[in-house]
Amino acid sequence: MVMLGKDLLGIHDLTPDQISLVLDTALSMKEVSAREIKKVPTLRGKTVINLFYEPSTRTRTSFELAGKRLSADVINISAGSSSVVKGETLEDTGRNLQAMNPDLIVLRHASAGAPQLLAKMLPSSIINAGDGAHEHPTQALLDAFTIRERKQTLQGLTVVIAGDITHSRVARSNIDLLLKMGATVRVCGPRTMVPLYIEKMGVTFVPRLEEAIEGADVIMMLRIQMERQRGSLFPSIREYSRFFGLNREKLKHARDDVLIMHPGPVNRGVEISPELLDSPYTIILDQVTNGVAIRMALMYLLIGK
Amino acid sequence: MSEKTLILDKQDIDRTLNRIAHEIWERNRGAEDFVIIGIRRHGVTIAQRLSQKLQEFAGVTIPVGALDINLYRDDLSEIASQPILKKTEIPFSVQDTHIILCDDVLYTGRTVRAALDSLIDMGRPRAIRLAVLLDRGNRELPIQPNYVGKNVNVARDELIEVLLAEDDGIDQVVITKGARNGNAR
Repeated sequence: MVMLGKDLLGIHDLTPDQISLVLDTALSMKEVSAREIKKVPTLRGKTVINLFYEPSTRTRTSFELAGKRLSADVINISAGSSSVVKGETLEDTGRNLQAMNPDLIVLRHASAGAPQLLAKMLPSSIINAGDGAHEHPTQALLDAFTIRERKQTLQGLTVVIAGDITHSRVARSNIDLLLKMGATVRVCGPRTMVPLYIEKMGVTFVPRLEEAIEGADVIMMLRIQMERQRGSLFPSIREYSRFFGLNREKLKHARDDVLIMHPGPVNRGVEISPELLDSPYTIILDQVTNGVAIRMALMYLLIGK
Repeated sequence: MSEKTLILDKQDIDRTLNRIAHEIWERNRGAEDFVIIGIRRHGVTIAQRLSQKLQEFAGVTIPVGALDINLYRDDLSEIASQPILKKTEIPFSVQDTHIILCDDVLYTGRTVRAALDSLIDMGRPRAIRLAVLLDRGNRELPIQPNYVGKNVNVARDELIEVLLAEDDGIDQVVITKGARNGNAR
């Protein structure tokens, strides 16, 4: 019998069977979100705390809606308006929240490993909602769900991940998940934003975007993570956009049924041209819709018992 | 060693469902918006068979829906392993419909309670009636079926195993004595 553990800290810890369990469970959850009354009583009496140390609109709202649609009580804490500004450490904040007996803490933090620290320390379940440049497992799961919805399977697909690979937790989690599920992954981006020895992860590095997307089934574009970069890794936004921005001209190299994805927030005109953003190839809003279903599935699997 | 007794074979099941289909038709003839919704997974198979029989002898097309009740269970924290969710697929609105809710075995009534809550969250049906292949008594909630295939008296430690061709390759119902309690239903 396939199950998840106490926490969801990263794709790294999941087996292909566990990944499939989450994706299948999310199918039922998506149906709930499509109903007129978008609420089921499954997590009545459970408490979920969203603890966000980094800004977020999409992910935090998505977790909040997921909890509410399952009837859990959801509380949001953002670092800017909490005792973090008074100098409390993550560990102390964790202990204090635990004293109020929550069932699940969803943590986003700028430091890699922060969710691991809380998970070891606290009896509550922990979901990693993004830790530094390390992992963003719920994003990878919702991306996989969205791809599977369109292409039925992940097995045998070719997926290109393009942009700021080094600073991207989305890239790391997606590479791990896609390889586990039998897809082929190519990464593309300025050499300064792609880790040396990236091939050791099992992917191929293709420096030119036109070549990278040749025959690809899916293209995932990433945002330049200005907040995580030090110094200048590229000469100018305009130059970056010319070489690594996706537009109609470059897309001619891809398959006719290619899907364009982006974890958001998008910098319009930098990594994707506005006309492509609004084209049928782009399924960014499907990703957002499916994010709620994936997070509902994870909550059910982690604290539904 | 557990001892198995066959209580319904293929012909019995077919005859029973035929009778239920006729009873449903007798009481609902002329009713507009009458639908059959099965509780996953055997309830759905039974719902499909009833709809097919109604099509054959009455020439009416009755829509069939599938309901997964796991999100509405009251025992999630008590059962040993977490149930795998399946999709609820009701491709029509339940608002103002007459629903025939189907399941294979009626026992404590808790599954039906969950199904009722779930259906009512989807709209306001005009009426919900319950059809079951077997009623084994021992109810824990005030729930009674409107259409029953067969009443069986079985002890709490006995297991009723319903096998249907679409799901299990064979049509039969057997009672297993001395079955492990965890499997009893």
